[in-house]
Amino acid sequence: MATKPDTIYFFGTCLVDLMYPQAGVSAMQLIQRAGVKVIFPPAQTCCGQPAWNSGYRDEARSVARAQLALFPKPIPIVIPSGSCAGMMKVHYPELFAGQPDEAQAADVASRVYELTEFLVDVLHIELHDLGEPVTVAVHTSCSARREMGVADKIESLLGQLSNVQRVEHARKLECCGFGGTFAVKEPEISAAMVLDKVTHIRNTGVDRLISQECGCLMNIGGAMAKQGDAIPHQHIAEFLWERTGGNAA
Amino acid sequence: MSNTARANILARLREPQRPECGFSERDYLSRYDWDTAERVRRFTERMVAVRAEVHHTTPETWLDVVSQVCAAKGLNNLLVSPETVLGKQLHAQAERFPTLKTYDHPIESWKQELFYGIDAAFTGTYGGIAETGTLIVMPSADEPRLMSLVPPVHIAVLEVAKLYTTFAEAVQAQGWVQAGMPTNALLISGPSKSADIEQTLAYGVHGPKELVVILV
Amino acid sequence: MSSEFRNTVRANLAKPEVRANFYRAMDGLMTRRLDQFPDKAELERLRTQSMAIRANALSKLPELLETLEANLTRNGIQVHWAETTDQANQIVLSILQKHNAKSIIKGKSMVSEEMGLNHFLEALGIEALESDLGEFIIQLDHEAPSHIIMPAIHKNRIQIAKLFHEKFPDIPYTEDVDELTQTARRILRDKFYAAPVGLSGVNFMVAETGTLCLVENEGNGRMSTTAPSVHIAVTGIEKVVESLSDVPPLLSILTRSATGQPITTYFNMISGPRKPGEKDGPEEVHLVLLDNGRSNIYSDPELLATLRCIRCGACINHCPVYVRIGGHSYGTVYPGPIGSILEPQKAGLDVHGELAQASTLCGACSEVCPVRIPIPSILNRLRYDGVRRDTANTNTVGSGKRRTLSEAATWKTWAWAATHPTIYHAGSTLATRFKGMLPTNLGAWTTVRSAPKLAESTLHQQAKNLGVDHE
Repeated sequence: MATKPDTIYFFGTCLVDLMYPQAGVSAMQLIQRAGVKVIFPPAQTCCGQPAWNSGYRDEARSVARAQLALFPKPIPIVIPSGSCAGMMKVHYPELFAGQPDEAQAADVASRVYELTEFLVDVLHIELHDLGEPVTVAVHTSCSARREMGVADKIESLLGQLSNVQRVEHARKLECCGFGGTFAVKEPEISAAMVLDKVTHIRNTGVDRLISQECGCLMNIGGAMAKQGDAIPHQHIAEFLWERTGGNAA
Repeated sequence: MSNTARANILARLREPQRPECGFSERDYLSRYDWDTAERVRRFTERMVAVRAEVHHTTPETWLDVVSQVCAAKGLNNLLVSPETVLGKQLHAQAERFPTLKTYDHPIESWKQELFYGIDAAFTGTYGGIAETGTLIVMPSADEPRLMSLVPPVHIAVLEVAKLYTTFAEAVQAQGWVQAGMPTNALLISGPSKSADIEQTLAYGVHGPKELVVILV
Repeated sequence: MSSEFRNTVRANLAKPEVRANFYRAMDGLMTRRLDQFPDKAELERLRTQSMAIRANALSKLPELLETLEANLTRNGIQVHWAETTDQANQIVLSILQKHNAKSIIKGKSMVSEEMGLNHFLEALGIEALESDLGEFIIQLDHEAPSHIIMPAIHKNRIQIAKLFHEKFPDIPYTEDVDELTQTARRILRDKFYAAPVGLSGVNFMVAETGTLCLVENEGNGRMSTTAPSVHIAVTGIEKVVESLSDVPPLLSILTRSATGQPITTYFNMISGPRKPGEKDGPEEVHLVLLDNGRSNIYSDPELLATLRCIRCGACINHCPVYVRIGGHSYGTVYPGPIGSILEPQKAGLDVHGELAQASTLCGACSEVCPVRIPIPSILNRLRYDGVRRDTANTNTVGSGKRRTLSEAATWKTWAWAATHPTIYHAGSTLATRFKGMLPTNLGAWTTVRSAPKLAESTLHQQAKNLGVDHE
């Protein structure tokens, strides 16, 4: 769908809801500013991914089923997270295969966009940087990169900001070690991974860390905070909204 | 035991519903359009990259080059078949080469000498592959399997006319399936090597330390 | 919450030298692989083609095995079938006994590792000597391979130099890789000279021609299959391909994916024992076809993809978990992503099911897999099989055995809350309001991270002031 829709659904994700609401707010504002109406179904909770990745498919399905009912109109569903978008786009059809609501799940899946993908491919958003010069490191989540195949979108959005300089960190393509319940089930491996990621990002000397995934930000940011002297981190939506003057733009 | 095992395994494999996987489109043939000069260039480049020696010769000069190679390496002896077309030519001018040895009886009767007393072996080849820098060797009664393996130096002649672009092309053009596979067929792409210690390449692990290709 | 796996992982994570060895090796392998595939579109085409070759072979597996057996037999190769590793070991033993052999020399074979063949034979007083340089090194140190292609990758040059000096005190100490290699060559050459029986693995078996194909660089595979008077090949039943024309593309993608080589030094195609008039080569060639759980994997249309594997190790080389914990942490024959899907299926989820958990599902493995095995999907499936209740609907060994009451109850509660939005949102609002009272010590999470900070108010609350529709 390359034409700009009048209205979209916004699915905020449970993590954004509790930890990073500003990312969700900024994402909706960016879309509204582009002249698109946003519907935020209030009954939304979670896409079901944590249970799906833990093997609890019945539980994942019941939660996912509750979300399916929230998007009746044939309009895009925009999600500020690669992994939640991947859950709905890629895994809902698997999760509902052979179920009575299989067709509904397939329909929902076909309308899902990860936020940066939507901004670039559908809204063709044009950004004018109003901020001071800043250097950033970009961490793209593995689901955005490999499951959704949208790793280039965040780069192209940041590339539009004239005062933002991106600095590549070592092993940029490598996972940060979050992996949802992995971080708790295999904490030693997860810790080794995130500490390496922090080192590589710190070595760039950037002012800020940007990602399209709040799970990764919580992981990397939490590890930096524990060490002290954390590099500020932000979801791409919040960063873009800030840099482009918010409502004033 | 084996027969029961066989029956059980095959029965288990037959049990599930298997998806049809028709696969007629076997298009593995070369997408390269390399002429002879380009094939020679690629072949040489690849071979040299893995530390093989490549000598470009003609039907008139190749024997001289083999002789020079033997002298340069200070070989005391050279294992050469007296039966092959190429081998006969070396034997006919034996005085130009180190002591020529022949592999004319089964390994059991002279294993010690082959393993510890032979400096180099000379063989023909069945063809070559430009893409990967590879010799196709099909050992025979005249040029047995261990010739290209045990001596520290292997000198092999490759006729440019038999230099194919890819492995797939060679298999097809030479009609391997139709001809029936020999006891042993080999692709040889350089001297023996290993990177098992710190990913550092070391040559001459178990096979020849040196591979010399005489392109004719 | 502490398992044997986690204890080993903890111990190995604490060895900086080993981690450095893995890092150096994997970085090199990833770069070299990438150099072999300059054209991304061409790589994707080759991966699809290779997947099709393997999927085609699997779709006709029983028929191809019968054709293979008929053609091998016609060529004079003796075929043996083994349902279990015990049976496979017994077959090897009976061949050795027939020839009164007291030792064997081995080319590299992961299936022989799977069989535990060396231990089996040594317990009977039969020497089983590894001749691949990496395998030779780790056998000296009584270790198992830490990688399927580069078994001694966990060791550096200095460690190997010290090991050689300890085991061969007569040879002067050296850290020079060439000299170390030549030492191994001298020792093993005597062994090749004397060994009555050679044993090898197999990379591909060609049904059409009755041919066994071996891929290697050192020449020890050729030695093991040529110098002794008996050659025994051991391999899994899945390694068959339909026709000879399937081999070139698989060989090409195998070596490029594995070590970043356009081709290995040797590609050895064996189609029979020594014929009358031929002057060398084994008088007898045997092939042992091992099932060991493969036919069970075969019975599941989704898990079947596991058997497409051509053992290149690219998934291992690209795994961010493997590079940190190393191959020995897995406690299995096959480590890394392929091991984490294969081993739990072979041994059962109750035995190795935790390996399916030891992944972030980042997908680096499936991105490079030359036969497109969807490793993260299979890991997810095995997690499901581990905790599912309808175990009658799956053939996976040990299914349901990883389900615990407490974990199941947690997910049930979570699902209940997440399907009752009013209560769910009341809860999250409450949580943000009283976040000061939440614990800051969250166990595993907070060992290296601060506790997650809840926002002042949830997105649901903030969305109300945003002029968005809520229908």
